[in-house]
This record gives sequence, C-alpha cells and structure tokens, in this order.
Amino acid sequence: MKLLYFAWVKEKAGVSHEDVIPPGGVATVADLIQWQIGRGDGYAEAFADEAMIRVAVNQEYVGFDHPVAIGDEIAFFPPVTGG
Amino acid sequence: MIRVQVEDFDVGRELEKLSDGNLDVGGVSCFVGLVRDMAGDKTVKTMTLEHYPAMTEKALAEIEAEALGRWPLADTLIIHRYGQLAPGDRIVMAAAASAHREAAIEAAHFLIDWLKTKAPFWKLEETPDGGQWVDARSTDDSAAERWIKD
Repeated sequence: MKLLYFAWVKEKAGVSHEDVIPPGGVATVADLIQWQIGRGDGYAEAFADEAMIRVAVNQEYVGFDHPVAIGDEIAFFPPVTGG
Repeated sequence: MIRVQVEDFDVGRELEKLSDGNLDVGGVSCFVGLVRDMAGDKTVKTMTLEHYPAMTEKALAEIEAEALGRWPLADTLIIHRYGQLAPGDRIVMAAAASAHREAAIEAAHFLIDWLKTKAPFWKLEETPDGGQWVDARSTDDSAAERWIKD
C-alpha cells in the first residue's frame, strides 16, 4: 500500500510518501497506526497524539476502524487548515 | 468550477465570468480570504500552503456539488492557492451566483465554511521564531456544523 504524510506528520515521520507491505493482521487504520508507531522514533512521534491524526483512504476521510488493503492509498495528516 | 493553483487571481474578472451571458443571475456573492501579517503576537513573514492534490480536487468538487444540490444556483466558483504567500496575498475565493440574493449569499458562506474543515490544505507560517503549522480552530468546526442538516 502507498502511504502519504502531510504537514507536521510528514516532518515528524521524516518521509512524505512510501510504499509498504505491513505484516499480516494489519486490517484497519488503527492497526496500521499501531504498526507505524513501532517502526521508529519519527513515526512514534508523528502518531503520539492520535486525536490529532486525520486519515484518508483513497482520498476519502475515514475513521480509525476503516479497513485497509494492499493497493490502497492511505494518507495521514493533522486537522486541515485551508481557506 | 474548481481551481487549485499557485498563481494569484483577479477577483473582479472571476466574478464577471461567473455570471457572464447568464441573464437569469440576479446576484453574485463572494468571499475572499487573505494572508494576515500576525499570528497571535508573532509577525508572519510568509505563509506556505501545502495540500494533497489528488484529494483536494475531489474534496472541493464534493463541496461544490453539495452547494449546487442545496441552493438554486446558476454557478459556483472555488479558487484556492497553494505554495508560498506573503501577508496581503489572496489565498482563496468562494463565490456563488443565483437568481436571488439569499441563495447566493448562503451558498458562498457555506462554501467557505465547509472548505475550511474539509479541504486538505495545511498552513505553515514563517515567524521570527521559525516555522509553525497553523492549528485547526474549534470555531471553524462550529462554523461548519451550522450547515449540517438534521
């Protein structure tokens, strides 16, 4: 799956986009975030405050219980501040 | 119409185009957002807008479609800039044209309120203390919530 990061989530994670194959058992957004936290300090910092993380799967906002699958484009970012 | 661009835009010309040739239009309402020179007590030197291109187009199109479904509108326009801007620069324009003023005014208000909480843009302000990401405001959430239908 393709992961994208924006704003301070990108800065903390230290990467803007990457292709990953998470281990089996990663079935939802929440699972994916837990796995990410274990990937290293930058990721742990980026996802430390889950209340500040918004997620889009295939360019649509989703909740943490949304399923994720190989082939999805999954974006992590802080609450939006456009306008 | 949706436009996401680096370049500035001419508000007068855009408003003219919105009703051009459509004599059913009785009113056009418009909001223009600008970069302020202060963030709290800090001076803002520049503001850089980042966005998620694939999702931005989709989110703005959904917001526009929602407005067109709710009000009898002749046309709508959202222009949102990204990249590095300076205080005084235009960031965004949301406009609606309709036969009557209520629909035009309400729809333009709706477009900017929903855009603020739904379009994937993020603002980075460069201040004398360094760069800081603008926090989302709860007042923006409440402004958007007023448009949620029961």
